[in-house]
Amino acid sequence: MNIELSEMSEQFRQRRADLGDPGETKTKISIAGLDFFYGDVKALHGIDMKISERRVTAMIGPSGCGKSTLLRVLNRMYDLYPGQKAVGRVELDGEDILSPDVPAAALRRRVGMVFQKPTPFPMSIRDNIAYGIRLGEKVSKSELDDRIEWSLSKAALWNEVKDRLHTSATGLSGGQQQRLCIARTVAVKPDVVLLDEPTSALDPISTARIEELIDELKSEFTIVIVTHNMQQAARCSDMTGFFLLGKLIEFGPTSDIFTSPKDERTQDYITGRFG
Amino acid sequence: MTQLERRLLADRVWKIVASTLAGLAILLLAWILWTVVWRGATALSLTVFTAPTMPPGRGGGLANTIVGSLVQVTIGLVIAAPIGLLAGTWLAEVGRGRLADAVRFVNDVLLSAPSILIGLFVYELLVRPFGGFSGFAGSAALAVLILPVVVRATEDMMRLVPGSLREAAFALGASRREVVTQVLWRAARTGIVTGVLLAIARAAGETAPLLFTSLGNLGWSFALTKPMASLPVTIYQYAGSPFDEWVALAWAGALVITVGVLALNILSRVVLAPRGKASR
Repeated sequence: MNIELSEMSEQFRQRRADLGDPGETKTKISIAGLDFFYGDVKALHGIDMKISERRVTAMIGPSGCGKSTLLRVLNRMYDLYPGQKAVGRVELDGEDILSPDVPAAALRRRVGMVFQKPTPFPMSIRDNIAYGIRLGEKVSKSELDDRIEWSLSKAALWNEVKDRLHTSATGLSGGQQQRLCIARTVAVKPDVVLLDEPTSALDPISTARIEELIDELKSEFTIVIVTHNMQQAARCSDMTGFFLLGKLIEFGPTSDIFTSPKDERTQDYITGRFG
Repeated sequence: MTQLERRLLADRVWKIVASTLAGLAILLLAWILWTVVWRGATALSLTVFTAPTMPPGRGGGLANTIVGSLVQVTIGLVIAAPIGLLAGTWLAEVGRGRLADAVRFVNDVLLSAPSILIGLFVYELLVRPFGGFSGFAGSAALAVLILPVVVRATEDMMRLVPGSLREAAFALGASRREVVTQVLWRAARTGIVTGVLLAIARAAGETAPLLFTSLGNLGWSFALTKPMASLPVTIYQYAGSPFDEWVALAWAGALVITVGVLALNILSRVVLAPRGKASR
């Protein structure tokens, strides 16, 4: 582990030199004093966090630490379930997205989400992408075709599926299905893409492809990724937040979190002492 | 005898008992089928399908009863399927708490209600107030029979759709209506169609709901306001008659209905059968 970490720190120095300060860009999402409740159970305690535009922000921590809960606040997915409640302030480009005045459907067009398990709809590959686009926009057929090709290319899937766009999406492999879900999400042209453990159901090669993809997508999208895999967070994120028991323990540039964490609990977690 | 030997012996005894009972059940079914096929086939001829029912001694067939059954089952389905689909969807997707529990309970009661009760209910509702038996009343009784099956099939099948698929549709900014009609129904459609086909099969073979509603009609009449012939009721009347040719026609009718219901069951299996990975 220590050897890996020192190798990684070399990569980080390189990346930091490329990026300048990873936290330096404009704040895309600003979270302040956020509490979250599942019924009477408090799952998040006073989270404060600023998520930078066009950066990859990773959330790590042991199971049940609240990282997925926080992710599901950012597109108000919790709205679907009575009894779940977020209190506090979450601003997207300065607008309070927890306000009932912001329709959840409109918010979700700006904040897309990719899930742990691939979730292709039972339709053709083409219709899977077209579905999301058509929900919010009126587009001509040629525009639609262009957008489908654009999004599938973005997800590095175009070459594999361009000759079988009309076949069922459920016939694709797991890794292809997950890239299809990424294509479907970016096809809507959101500002933010949320990834909820996007590779935990995939084999190592598919995982590597998705990680490369994340690196490319961040030139256009703000990305927030929840992951159980610390190497993954170290490899593909710019900023990392460590969560424990519903609290944000430490948040900073990924290189700092993995090489010189300030909190002892962060240190214990990344060196594998618990979790 | 060691313990292992005792266990192996018990194992063999259970196996023999289970196999024997399974064989007995299959034997009984085969016997029924054989009787229907043998007695029906000897009575079956082209005129069964082309000629309407006639008074005894004048020959005749079952054409009007077959068409009458098709008409009543189709109208019953047209009434019940949309209501059942929406009610089942409401239970699976929207309904919460005591109201949903009550609806589900009532539906379960309706599902197991004796069909003669449904016939009497529709008699009081549509036959007595309007002064006569009618094909529409028969259709309504069959609709009441079909409805709970469709509700149950829809709810069960929609609950089988993975929650992640719902969330994925919502995550693209779809409204609840869009999620339901464009994603969930599509994902659940094979199961729902199967449920509907089985409901049709059940309705097509029911006699009791039609006895007090569409009654039966010896002539070639499909006016919805008049009594209408149906296959099961005709079988019931003919089988108990003293005329040999009517009894033979009843057997022919029994064969027709058995083959029809069997075909629907097979069709539902074909619909449900996985087509590659597409219907997973």
